[in-house]
Amino acid sequence: MRRRSGATASRGRALSQPTSEPLKTTPLHALHKALGARMVPFAGYDMPVQYPSGILKEHEQCRTSAALFDVSHMGQAVLRGAKAEEALESLVPADIKALGVDRMRYTQFTNEAGGILDDLMVTRRADRILLVVNAARKEHDFAHLSKHLGPRGCTLRILDDRALLALQGPAAANVMARISPAAAMLDFMSGANVRIDGVPVFVSRSGYTGEDGFEISLAAAEAEAFARRLLEQPEVAPAGLGARDSLRLEAGLCLYGHDIDETTSPVEAGLAWSIAPRRREQGGFPGAARIQRELKEGVARRRVGMKPEGRVPAREGTEITDEAGKPIGKVTSGGFGASAGGPIAMGYVAPAAAKPGTRVNFTIRGEARPGAVVKMPFVPHRYAKG
Amino acid sequence: MAKKYTKEHEWIDMAGDVGTVGITEFAQEQLGDVVFVELPKVGADVAQNGQIAVVESVKAASEIYAPVTGTITAVNDALAKEPSLVNQSAEDKGWFFKIKLAKPDELAALMDAAAYKKFAEGKA
Repeated sequence: MRRRSGATASRGRALSQPTSEPLKTTPLHALHKALGARMVPFAGYDMPVQYPSGILKEHEQCRTSAALFDVSHMGQAVLRGAKAEEALESLVPADIKALGVDRMRYTQFTNEAGGILDDLMVTRRADRILLVVNAARKEHDFAHLSKHLGPRGCTLRILDDRALLALQGPAAANVMARISPAAAMLDFMSGANVRIDGVPVFVSRSGYTGEDGFEISLAAAEAEAFARRLLEQPEVAPAGLGARDSLRLEAGLCLYGHDIDETTSPVEAGLAWSIAPRRREQGGFPGAARIQRELKEGVARRRVGMKPEGRVPAREGTEITDEAGKPIGKVTSGGFGASAGGPIAMGYVAPAAAKPGTRVNFTIRGEARPGAVVKMPFVPHRYAKG
Repeated sequence: MAKKYTKEHEWIDMAGDVGTVGITEFAQEQLGDVVFVELPKVGADVAQNGQIAVVESVKAASEIYAPVTGTITAVNDALAKEPSLVNQSAEDKGWFFKIKLAKPDELAALMDAAAYKKFAEGKA
C-alpha cells in the first residue's frame, strides 16, 4: 500500500516549513496527545488530524451535536490607530468603516494584480480591530500589515500568547448558554469579551464548518483547562483538522493555498459578496482595477462546486474536462462529504461550464469519470439567525 | 498455512494454490476511514508488486500492490456497499481479492506475522 494522493497530510506538508525546522506546538498539544490524537505537520505546527473516533465520526459529531477544534495555530493580532479602519481598507476590499462595533467580517488581503494574499476575519472593537489570519500565512500577513499600515500611524500587536478554540455544531449554543449566557446571545458574526469560570475570553459567533458555533480566544495558559471544561459537556467531543477540512468543503468555504491564492481574484473565487458597493465603486485597495473590471465584464474562470458520480473522490489537482474531453479546469479541493453522502469537489472552470447542471468529467487514474457542476454549499449553512 | 505480509502492508492467506489478499490492521489504522475500494476484475493477470487496487480513505488515495504474481479469481463485492469493512475487519471480512499463484516460490520472501509486527512497529 502506498499513498498516491492525499488531502490533509499532503496539505500539511505543502504548507509546512522545511522538515529541518522543529514543529511548533499549540497550548493544547499535551491535551491532544492525552486524547490519543494522530498528529501531523500542518503549517509548521504539530496538529491533530484526527482523534481515535476518526474523521467521519468527528465530522458527524459537528453536524449533529458539537465539536471542539483547536485552531490556535491561526494568527491573531490587534490593529490600533486613530484611523485604523480607513488604513485597513487600503489592503482589503471589504467595507471596514461601515462595520459596527463588535461586528465581524470576512475579507481578503489582495495584491496589486488582484490576486489573494490571504483571507481573514476582521472584528471591529470600540478602540481596535481584531484580525484572525491563516496559520501558513501569518508571518507574511503581519509583515504586510506592518509595512503598509505602520506609516499610516497604526500599530500591530501579534497575539502569539493566545489560544483559539472553535466550538461548532447545532448544540454549541446550548453548551455556551450553560457556561456563558451572554456569549450564547451573540448574533452571527459578532463578538464580545466575557468571563467564563472567571477566565476572560473573547468569544465570537463564527466558524468554518457551516454550522452555528463560536470561536473563543483566550490566554494560552488558560486554554487546556478551558478546553477540558468544554469537553466535559455531554454534547461536545474533539475533532481534528481532517474533519475541519471535510466540513468546510461541504460548506463551500475556501482553503487558502488551494481554492484561493495569489493568482485567483475574489471575483473568480465567488467571493464578490464580501465586497460592499462603496468599495466596488471607489476602489482604493490593491488590485482594484482587475476586480472592478471583472465585476463589470465577467471573469475568465469561476470557482464552482462539483459532484463526481459514484463513490470515487476527485482529489485536489484532478483535471476537469468537458463532455468532448477538452480540459476546462482543475479540482482545487476534493474529498468525501460525509453529510453530502458522497464525493464532492470544488475547482475553477471556464464561465461557460460554471452553470449548475453542466456535465463534466474528472480524469482519475487515467480514466474519465462523470460528474456535474452543482450549487454550493453542498450542505446547507445553519448559522444562527440574528 | 499462516498469513504472510509485505512491506507495503498487504497480507496474503493461502488455501491450496489460491491466496486471499487484504491490507493489514496497521495499514487500515494509518489510512483512517475508508470510503471506497477500487477492486481488480476477475481474470486479470498481475505481476508481483504490480498495482492491483486502490483504496480511498477520507484522507487520501492509496495504491495496493499484488504480493505475488498470479490471476485474480474473486473480489470482495461486499466492499462496494460497505467499504468500512476494511476498517472494522482489515484482516478478515475486509479482504480485497483472491489470487491464483503463478509463482508460489515468491511467498518465501514475504514476512511472517512476527517479522511483520516488528517491521510495522518500526514504521509507527
